[in-house]
Amino acid sequence: MPWNRKHLLDIESLTPEEITTVLDTARAFKAVGERAIKKVPALRGKTVVNLFVEPSTRTRISFELAEQRLSADVINFSTEASSFKKGETLKDTALNLQALNADFIVIRHSASGAPHFLSRVLDASVINGGDGAHEHPTQALLDAFTIRERKGKIQGLNVTILGDILYSRVARSNIWALTKLGAKVTLCGPATLVPRVFEQMGCRVTHNVEDAIQDADIINLLRIQHERQRKTMFPSINEYTTLFGLNKARLARTKPDALIMHPGPINRGVEIDSEIADGDRSLILDQVTNGLAVRMAVLFLVNGGKGPQEIAG
Amino acid sequence: MPDPTVILNAQATQRALTRIAHEIAERNEASSEIVLVGIQRGGVPLAKKLSELLAQIWNHPVPTGHLDVSMHRDDLGQRAVPDVQPTIIPFDISGKTVVLVDDVLFSGRTIRAAMDSLTDLGRPKRIQLAVLIDRGHRELPIKADFVGKNVPTAPGEKVKVKDNEVFLEKQ
Repeated sequence: MPWNRKHLLDIESLTPEEITTVLDTARAFKAVGERAIKKVPALRGKTVVNLFVEPSTRTRISFELAEQRLSADVINFSTEASSFKKGETLKDTALNLQALNADFIVIRHSASGAPHFLSRVLDASVINGGDGAHEHPTQALLDAFTIRERKGKIQGLNVTILGDILYSRVARSNIWALTKLGAKVTLCGPATLVPRVFEQMGCRVTHNVEDAIQDADIINLLRIQHERQRKTMFPSINEYTTLFGLNKARLARTKPDALIMHPGPINRGVEIDSEIADGDRSLILDQVTNGLAVRMAVLFLVNGGKGPQEIAG
Repeated sequence: MPDPTVILNAQATQRALTRIAHEIAERNEASSEIVLVGIQRGGVPLAKKLSELLAQIWNHPVPTGHLDVSMHRDDLGQRAVPDVQPTIIPFDISGKTVVLVDDVLFSGRTIRAAMDSLTDLGRPKRIQLAVLIDRGHRELPIKADFVGKNVPTAPGEKVKVKDNEVFLEKQ
């Protein structure tokens, strides 16, 4: 049973076995969501704080529902209504939350490494809900889960990640997870956003979209992150759509069983055509459903990743 | 560690299961109301065997599923993370007599978790419990309806079922 971590901070430090444990556990939790009673008592009496220092809707909602389905008590702490505006440091905020006996802190922060920092100063379990351009581990786990569910495996698949790689924590976490599980990862996008340096992570880098997608089993499209970008990175959104957007003509040149993913929110008509986003090769809504199961599994695992005792029963 | 003692060999296990199947059939006349649910992991192969034996007795297939109780345990956080297996019960348990099947009955906490878990899936008419081994040391007021063999044990000993044989490991 290869899991005894108290925190989930990144994918980089996980072993392939640990990633597989999360995916296997998530399978059981996905079934819970399909029952009439979608709730289990695994985290009854535990308190989870969702500390979202950077705006987020879908990840926070997904975590919140996952926590509720595990019967935890949930507190949401967001930038708008917070003491950060009054000048409190992240550490002080976290220590205050711990003083309220929070057992888990799910943190999203614009600074890379913020979850790692919290894990060193707190007793609570820390789960990274996205830190800067560094990692977004639960997104990578839900993407891997979705791929494995639909393709039956990850080993040996060609996965193309298309879009803004440089500023993307989703891309980094996905690269770690997929390469650890034996997929061949290709990165594609404008040269300014997909530098060759990513080859050091074991990926193929190309700036030609046709080349990137023709052999792909999975095409994962990333949003252009206007909020993290300088204007000089590419000339215009229109040019990006023309050169890299996934349209029908391009989809026709992919393998017939290639599937399309996107972590959302999608920009229809920019990185993906509406018809493709709504088409039967799109896994976008499966990703949302699976995200819930994966986050339940992660909370369940870090909750248990403390004791060495064996089952007796 | 001394060699484990064999409590039941393969033939004795088979005889015990055959007897349990007949006892289930004797206790439950309305055979169409019976469903079997094996508890992950040890109960799953036993439920499958009981299902085959009962199908021979009743001349119709007996719906059989498996249940993972990890999410309903009361000792999460006090022990290593359980290896959660899928719960697969592809039929409605409401109004049925559910026979829970497990390999070893010990503290009773697994069965408590299993009953909680079942009530999340529906409202069975009644729940019965079949175990291959009852080793005592109950921590909850739970009793098996069908027992393959009662085995007196010390708390620190381990009872293991492997390939149709049951072993007792001394400390």
